[in-house]
Order: sequence, then C-alpha cells, then structure tokens
Amino acid sequence: MSSPGGSAALHGQNDFTPTAETVAMLKEKAKFVRLETIRLIDIAKTGHYTSVFSAAEIFAALYYDVMKIRQGEPKWPGRDRFLMGKGHAAVGQFPILAELGFFPKEWLDDYTRLGSPLGDHPDMRKVPGVDFSSGSIGHALSGGLGMVLAQRFTGETYNVFALLGDGEMQEGQVWEAALSAAAHKASRLIAIVDRNGYQLDGKVDDVIGIEPLDEKWRAFGWEVHVVNGHDVAALTELLRRVAADTARTKPCCIIAKTMKGKGVSYMETEPGWHLGWLDPEDAKRAIDEIEAREIG
Amino acid sequence: MMSGPLSPNSWHYRELNARNPGLSYLSDGLIELAEAGHPVVAGSADLQYSNGLNKFAKAYPDRYIQFGISEQNMVTAAAGLATCGLKPFVATFASFLGLLCCEQIRMDVAYSAQPVRLIGHHTGISLGFYGTSHHATEDIATMRSIADLAVVSPADGPQLQAAIRASADYELPIYFRISRGRDPIVYEDGVTFEFGKAVVHSLGEELNIIACGMAVHGALEAAKKLNAAGRSVGVIDMASIKPLDREAILRAAGSAKKMLTVEEHNVIGGLGAAVAEVLADEGAGVKLKRHGIYDEYSLIAPPTHLYAHYKLDAAGIEDVALGVMNG
Repeated sequence: MSSPGGSAALHGQNDFTPTAETVAMLKEKAKFVRLETIRLIDIAKTGHYTSVFSAAEIFAALYYDVMKIRQGEPKWPGRDRFLMGKGHAAVGQFPILAELGFFPKEWLDDYTRLGSPLGDHPDMRKVPGVDFSSGSIGHALSGGLGMVLAQRFTGETYNVFALLGDGEMQEGQVWEAALSAAAHKASRLIAIVDRNGYQLDGKVDDVIGIEPLDEKWRAFGWEVHVVNGHDVAALTELLRRVAADTARTKPCCIIAKTMKGKGVSYMETEPGWHLGWLDPEDAKRAIDEIEAREIG
Repeated sequence: MMSGPLSPNSWHYRELNARNPGLSYLSDGLIELAEAGHPVVAGSADLQYSNGLNKFAKAYPDRYIQFGISEQNMVTAAAGLATCGLKPFVATFASFLGLLCCEQIRMDVAYSAQPVRLIGHHTGISLGFYGTSHHATEDIATMRSIADLAVVSPADGPQLQAAIRASADYELPIYFRISRGRDPIVYEDGVTFEFGKAVVHSLGEELNIIACGMAVHGALEAAKKLNAAGRSVGVIDMASIKPLDREAILRAAGSAKKMLTVEEHNVIGGLGAAVAEVLADEGAGVKLKRHGIYDEYSLIAPPTHLYAHYKLDAAGIEDVALGVMNG
C-alpha cells in the first residue's frame, strides 16, 4: 500500500479534506489500535493503555493515510519517517507495523515474552518498520532532525513525523532540537505533541507546567497548529496539508489536544491508568465500549 | 581604539590550526574519505576551530553541520543521519561527549548500532588550567562499558588519520579519544591501523609498558632510556582499547612478569582496568601497575606541567617503570 496522503495531487489542488469513506476507515483503524493494545498488554500483564488511546487517531491518520510508505518495504529510502518520543506507546504501533507487512503478525502473539523483538519501547534494531529506537524521553526530535538534514546529502525527499508526549516538553533536549531545527530550516520535520494532559505523577500542568505551549514553539521559530487529536477528519486534513506544504521554510509543530485513555470511560477520568493491567472482566468492559463507541 | 599593527607574537582563537599542527589530521582524514566517495558528513558543537573541523568545513561546506552548543542534540541527530545511510563524524570536547552525551551515545548510537563516529577531543587533562569541567578522565570507562561501541585512543595525528581511514569498513559506531593536536608525533604519515590490533613496538624481559594516547610517546622514550641503561623494557601501543587485543596482552605477559599500563585517565575503568581484566581472566600471574590519574581530580596548571606532575611524560613514566622493576 502506498498511502494516498503521500501526494497532494491525489487530494486535488488545495483540498485536503478526507472523504467520508476515508474517515470511516481511519476510525476503524483507531479502534483496531485500541483493541490490539488491550490484547497485547494482556500478554505482558502490564502496559501503557492510556498513552496509546490518546494517540490512536494520530497513529491511524499517519500510517493509513498521510505517510508515504510502501507495504512490506520498511527500509524504502524514500519513505516518510516516524519517531516516537513517547516510546511507551509502542504497543499501539506494533499491530500497525505488522498489518503493513513489516514483520509477521505472529510476533504480536509473543509480545514481551523472552526473546521477543517487541517490548514496551520500540527498538529499531529488532523491529522492521521502527525508524528510531525510543525509551529515553526527549531524543526523538533530534533524531528526526538528523533524518531531515540527511536529505541534503542523499537527495531523497520525505517528511519526518515525531510524536512527542506533552510531559516530554520538560526534557531539555527537545528544546535544543527545536532551536536547531528552526536554525537549519528543517521544514520537513513535523512534531506532533500528544497534549493529553497527564504524565506519570499527575497532570502535566501540576507537575511542571508547559503552557503557553503554542507560543513556546512559535518563539522557537516553528509554524504551529492546534487541532483536536481525536477528530479524525480535522486531524487528517491538517496532517495532509502540512505534509504537502513544500513552500514552508520552518519546521512544523502540531499540538494535538487529546484525552489520556480516550475510548474507555473509566480510564478517561483516572490518571493512575498511565500504567496498568485489566483483569478479563474489566478488559471485556473496555473492549465492549471501544467497539460500541464512535470517536471523532 | 587599537592603533598600529599587532605584534606577530599575538594570536587569537581562529589561528589554532596553525599553532597546533596535529589538529589538521582529523579534517585531513575526513577529506580523504570524502574524496574517496565515502558518505561522510561532519558536525561540531561550536568548537570547529578547537578540533580543526573548520578545515573540513571549508573543503566541503555542504557536508558540515554546525549544531551550536547542543551536544546531546548533535549526537542524537548524528544517529538520525546515520539511519539514512550517512557516516557522521561529530566532535566536541571529550569531557562533554563521553560524559554529558553518554546516554545519547548508548541509546541512539550504540544500542541502535548506527555507524556514528564520535570524536572526543582534548581528552584527559590536556585542557590543563581550564579545569575539571574540561577534563575527561572517565571517558574510557563510560565508553568502554557500552556494548557495540569501539573505543580508539590514537597516539598521534597520523595514527588518528589511519584509524579514520580504517573506519570506512567498520560498520559499528566508534568513539575516538584524541588529544589537542600538539602532541609529539610517534608514527609516520601513511601508518596503518587495525581495529582490535595492538601495535607491539617491542617486548621486554623485565617489564612491558602498555600505553594509549599521548602516553605512548613518553612510554617509548622512557623504554629507550631504560634499555640503553641495560634494562629490558617493551612497549605496546593499545590504541584499540575496544575491541581489545587480548592476544598481545598475553604475549607481553609471557615475555615479562611485570607490566605497567599508562593512560591519561583515571586508573579505575580505563586501559589499565581493561588489561587487568584480561590478565585476571586468563590467570596470567603478572604483577601489574596501573598508572594514570589515581582516582582524583587534576590540579590546575598548563598541560605539560600537569603531565610532569602526574608522571605521564617520558621522565615520569621512566621513574614509575623503575619503581615497578625495582619494587
């Protein structure tokens, strides 16, 4: 599959609006990400449900619409790159990578078991389709910057998407990379901040506040957009637009307003679910709700 | 206002290349790779005159990236560049690279097996009176314990350039621990380098000295004097600290029952420790003296004064060697 969003021409000259059919497909994919996350975490008996749930629509829009990728060719040099600063959401990324034919789906069944390539954090050395390893928060934007700078030497053209947590904004290296990317006019670097409002110890704004976040990025020389990260149509349209905008000279930051644990109501109101496990009865309640509920 | 020409004895920072001729070997090595069609790019964190990369930047402006004072960002970005098929050489003071960027090196470079070349320059106590913040007497220890990362400590510029040349065929990441470009030359231009191979200058019957970096020159001078006085002292240059030439260490252990390691580094965790591990593993039964910085922070002084004070110059190494042989 070469995803349709990779070329602006496919969407018409200036119309990046996804069709109703595409929106419905992406909603199903986000649902798939949430359901697979519950299945995989049950194997590990511990995992980051809510960090995936806030980013499920972002994963779906990027991998199934916006990013220029080739199914079964994880190392295609011309591909768009995806890095995750919030590496603990990898459990939501792995089912997608398997579905795209980057590795056998059977790998998922042994998630986190002895010798599995798939752990809580993504490992580029072990998992085809992972463009950059993660787990130490704050590195992804720098890694993405390197990939954008590489285009100057390799002649390839692609976008580099870095999904960052909002708690990650507290890491100094993020701002080193932000400053550096603007100075180097790394316009193909697109940061997406999953602004779900929570980190391990509580609300981001209570732990170490990061607002006004849009002004910070703007002050660092970035083009900034704010979007509802669960609104599939709006999110997809925006991502398509910034991906196709070759006139931009600045790097681009999208602040995606999301809800941690989105999709499972008992998680949405309880920050403690940053890490946890569901016993079969609660897992069933979560699955039933995800299947019944329409998001975005 | 300034009036009249400045004295020819005055100098400023951008003339460092002319003052420290050894600095040019780094750029010369990179230019050689670039000319051979190797996908080399270079990055520096506001220290291009200090490490001499300004010469490479001038020759290949499109292949040079200025990162400013953001060393951690530079190391991770280098890993990103490497994922796209490039061979990035990124340089900053060893104190920052081997300590400040230790985690980025482990995570993004080594654990991810990206062929990044890390150039830690002005290592050890070579920044003299700039003080402890600028000294790197722990970088061998930190870098050596990171899996899949090679650690190379060349004795001089020609050996550095040889190691850079050899890196063209080396797929794993490398930490180069280099000095300040004013060190005495040991090897001739065109010398070769092999990862995992020591340079065995000679084997002694009383004592073998295993040294790395700037200490190699002093060790050779010390051995020459001692041998002229009728002693039997060999010298091994262990520029490739990792992978380590275990066989060369065991050969030395077989030729003399006393051994001395010399390094511009803490005696904990460095070359001496690496040698001790081999000797212990193999039950070699050799008396080993690990000489270097004895788990302390260096005094402030000009570098050459520090080398004399810490017995890392030829006279100092000779003195320590005599102590080991007579002890």
